[in-house]
Amino acid sequence: MKLFRSSSGASVPAQNAQPLRLTRRSNGLGEIAKVLAQQEQLCILDLGSTSANNIRYFTERGHKIYSEDLLEASTDPALATTDEQGKPALDSKRFLAENLMYPSAQFDVVLCWNFPDYLDESLVKPVVEKLWSVLKPGGLLLAFFHTREAGPDAVCYRYHVMGGDNLEMQPIELKKHGRGGSTIRLQRVFNNRHIENLFRDFSSIKFFLSRDNIREVLVVR
Amino acid sequence: MNAPKTAEFALIGKSVVIKGELSGSEDLYIDGQVEGSIELHGNNLTIGANGQVKANVNAKGVVVQGKLEGNIRASDRAELRKSAVAVGDIATQRLAIEDGAYFKGRVDIQGDRAKQEASGGK
Repeated sequence: MKLFRSSSGASVPAQNAQPLRLTRRSNGLGEIAKVLAQQEQLCILDLGSTSANNIRYFTERGHKIYSEDLLEASTDPALATTDEQGKPALDSKRFLAENLMYPSAQFDVVLCWNFPDYLDESLVKPVVEKLWSVLKPGGLLLAFFHTREAGPDAVCYRYHVMGGDNLEMQPIELKKHGRGGSTIRLQRVFNNRHIENLFRDFSSIKFFLSRDNIREVLVVR
Repeated sequence: MNAPKTAEFALIGKSVVIKGELSGSEDLYIDGQVEGSIELHGNNLTIGANGQVKANVNAKGVVVQGKLEGNIRASDRAELRKSAVAVGDIATQRLAIEDGAYFKGRVDIQGDRAKQEASGGK
């Protein structure tokens, strides 16, 4: 007989339970899906965690896919340095020398997912500038931003394209590839003005606000 | 270079380090370190969990469980298991990536029946 009830009423998950996968609809992805359906052999850069799903989705439709996990790359301990004020920072020059090594105007679509929110401050602007250069004129970039103070422990998700505007979200378990034990944490919450400033070199910007406190941003080079 | 043979495949063990061009007409299992190039036309390559390869690979089927830095050209199928760390481009007819695998590079699915199977660890 159970004498005591837990205060929350929530059940304790099994020790080896798989992390729960959530689904959401993405207006930004919906816009990109329309472009993918109308054109052939587009060049797509997926900057989230390796997703077999995404690779399958884009290659089945005849597009080229490049995959690069920028967030994982940013946890390399070799990037650690200090800024002019002596505060801890990451070496953006070294980061860009080892990542995003693509020729100019290569990609039709860049999928950032939510990495800008979790990327170290010292890398955000240099990375966005680099992404502008590797996008073709007229190319699209999709990024997700939290809309309110979510706290440093806000779950970081990897996104799997399920078709159309449907996404599956899987909580990220930081995989250590000998890159040290850095923890991925929400770095800050951008407001609209910050986002507009971040993407000021792009020709247009569209915001999609959703109920799960995510602000989707679709920009055009 | 001649690697020790078993009945099913040639094996490069954990403690073996090879620098140079590897070629052969049988399946190969690498659990050691290889730097150079690997040509196994019509045969299969497996990089074991302890394997560390810095080479472009040309084979019929390629399975990666360890580390590979180099391009993969697999005429039939390429697989990245969950412990794989693969950096380089992949050109193949069929590709399977297990959930947990790390991949950085381009994917080029080739052939008229360009079908890709991917297990996402669901």
